[in-house]
Amino acid sequence: MMPLRGRGGAAVREKFIEALIFTSAPIVVLIFVAILAYIFANGARVITLEFLLSTPRLAGMEGGIFPMIVGSVYVVAVCMLFAVPLGVGAAIYLAEYASENIITSTIRFFIDCLAGVPSIVIGLFGLTFLVHFLKLGYSILAAGVALAFMILPWTVRVSEEAIKAVPRSYREASLALGATKWTTIRRVVLKSAMPGIVTGVLLGLGRAIGETAVLLLTLGSAASAFIPTSPLDSAGTLPVLLYVLATQGNTADAYARACGVALVLLAMFLVVNIFALYVRNRYIKRYEGL
Amino acid sequence: MESEKLVEKLLLAAAASAIFIVFFIIVFMLRESLPVFLEYGADFVFGMTWKPAEASFGILPMIVATLLVSGLALMVATPLGVACAIFLAEYAPPLVRNVVKPVVEMLVGIPSVIIGFFGLMIIVPFLRTHFGGYGLCLLAGGLTLAIMTLPHIVSISEDAIRAVPRSYREASLALGATKWTTVRKVILPSAKSGILAAIILGLGRAVGETMAVLMVVGNPETPWIPTSLLDPIRPLTSTIILEIEYALWGSMHERSLFAIGVVLFAIVAILNLIAVRVIKRGVMA
Amino acid sequence: MVKTGDKIETRNLNVYYGNFHALKNVSLKIPERKVTALIGPSGCGKTTFLRCINRMIELTDGARVSGEVLLDGMNIYDKDVDVIALRRRIGMVFQQPNPFPMSIYENVAYGPKIHGVRDKRKLDEIVKESLERAALWDEVKDKLHENALKLSGGQQQRLCIARALAVEPEVILFDEPCASLDPISTAKIEALIRELSRDYTIVIVTHNMHQAARVSDYTAFFMLGELIECGSTPQIFEKPRDKRTEAYITGRFG
Repeated sequence: MMPLRGRGGAAVREKFIEALIFTSAPIVVLIFVAILAYIFANGARVITLEFLLSTPRLAGMEGGIFPMIVGSVYVVAVCMLFAVPLGVGAAIYLAEYASENIITSTIRFFIDCLAGVPSIVIGLFGLTFLVHFLKLGYSILAAGVALAFMILPWTVRVSEEAIKAVPRSYREASLALGATKWTTIRRVVLKSAMPGIVTGVLLGLGRAIGETAVLLLTLGSAASAFIPTSPLDSAGTLPVLLYVLATQGNTADAYARACGVALVLLAMFLVVNIFALYVRNRYIKRYEGL
Repeated sequence: MESEKLVEKLLLAAAASAIFIVFFIIVFMLRESLPVFLEYGADFVFGMTWKPAEASFGILPMIVATLLVSGLALMVATPLGVACAIFLAEYAPPLVRNVVKPVVEMLVGIPSVIIGFFGLMIIVPFLRTHFGGYGLCLLAGGLTLAIMTLPHIVSISEDAIRAVPRSYREASLALGATKWTTVRKVILPSAKSGILAAIILGLGRAVGETMAVLMVVGNPETPWIPTSLLDPIRPLTSTIILEIEYALWGSMHERSLFAIGVVLFAIVAILNLIAVRVIKRGVMA
Repeated sequence: MVKTGDKIETRNLNVYYGNFHALKNVSLKIPERKVTALIGPSGCGKTTFLRCINRMIELTDGARVSGEVLLDGMNIYDKDVDVIALRRRIGMVFQQPNPFPMSIYENVAYGPKIHGVRDKRKLDEIVKESLERAALWDEVKDKLHENALKLSGGQQQRLCIARALAVEPEVILFDEPCASLDPISTAKIEALIRELSRDYTIVIVTHNMHQAARVSDYTAFFMLGELIECGSTPQIFEKPRDKRTEAYITGRFG
């Protein structure tokens, strides 16, 4: 009969390996906490109401970042204007109308392809197609549309999952009442899937806010002091300003300002993402409650 | 009924938009870059000299730089990321996992310009102080890029590990296997293809990543093949961003930047295809 | 009733899942080298009880155990008991056949290997012997290196039994081992359990009363987390002392 106690050497080695695994997670967490802490600590010092709400002077070396905040919001809004209808429309088609055939599998294949295109290539495409070929110029419209191409696959995927998660019985109940397919989708399916779709859209938005390479290629890198009005205006944006300050600033003051810009950008990213998590959690709870 | 049909047509058009976008991307990228490939052919991809002013467009040093910096990033991020995924999937209490996993997924989308900025402010000065040189170098790029790909690897690997059926764990534990033995002999082999796919996808992401690398690798005037971790490098993506502004529109220089984009796209596409293969094979086995 | 000595004994065993009291003060003796069947309606705690014997219960989030489980007189819930050593001595076969996604050979060799057997010849021997004891050898001897997932459900379950035997346990726990199998495979497993009871102490959870009657020497009846009655199988089935046992046996609930 074997004893029930003690295993000796092997156990020690295992404990060592497990200790390594256990330390890996804190290391990963620590890296990102360090990044956030660095940006919060240094950024908070430069952020004043004036910094947020006035226009820049000396190519962004002095003054505020208000036009860039407006520019970022403007570009992302244009992006959403294109990405949301296209993405949700595609998702509805794939989830509700399409039978699994050659057309849908082709569509899916191309959505996956688009997801695999590096953002810098999307930027180059935006530059030749939107800026030059369609003669939109370096503009908010060109940048917004290019960003929309970038996040489209993401929006489709998340929305389709949300739509597919709506119980079949809801659809049948509505159809049995004599509602048409589109009425059923609009009134019942989309309504139930809305939190999931909103989550997807928000996550896409979070990604669009911080994208830089696409903007450098479709909006230029000017630290513009003008507050953009028309979608055909060029504009400064937060990520581009951060890039310019960080790589061309070269003074302690410029770096401090860069931290301020990074903090504003990061705050926008975090707010959007945390809101997305919040919506998703509420939605999960509601379904679990059923 | 008419409007029902119309709606369906509109939705189909939305769905098909992805096909047109990809098609247009390919057509327009080729339209810009074809003259370069026609004129320089293999010399473009395998040429060693990049001097646009003298009409020399060889990008091999940049391809090597991109692959080196991405490979280095993966060498750092993979052990850490997979270990973290094992921790989250197998060891972490549910409470910890439920907090950390969504945060990691959120970090997948963190703006790369912020990571690049952090690299420039912290990693570069650190390397400069402790190893000499300018600090803007291959190693700085590798480390910054590792941070960028880390959440990606953790997230996908964790999904792969969690997808291993619970019954495998129970069978192994019931035979008196320890937790680590179970992980090493049963769970990881079963999750192998998923983890491998995560690494390859991470590599693809690293190759296509622009800002996090651009800001910390130095980008010397003449691209070259580095001989040390502390050499500055000039990857493919940096060249596009740095030179697009002063390349004359319509010039061979401008077109060669688009050709770099095509090469980049090709590398990423090949990596993605390999990843898909790996996943499929994993499902079959 | 001839007793051969008790291999396992539980004393005032209680299990809670959060606030739910899943097992209430169960004290049961399990005789050595006999088959003991645990029966009762779903949710009665029989599987919970089984998973307490090899401490697999600890894998369930939020499960708390109090009381004692004695293996050869020693409480397995003592602080210094190594759960790994315990599970080597108490094998388990699950409801769904769960071979690893490896070859047949690797499945059986897995246990001996993780417990330190390195010698190839020795491993070959263990694999052959275990498969023979699990009555599977003749069916698989020519395809030992094929993926175990290609076997039929019944073969997979016998492979899982062989895998459990390969670590030379003293006790084998069966958790509804035939729940997902066809009648022919079920008959093979049952015959095998009878055969194995000559060398091993066997505890089997089953919802199938006929199966309990066919394979077991002793039967324990559980209901709502309580042990209602236990005794020799003929006694339980022919002369149950408790009304609830009788009601269950005669099919009035469950």
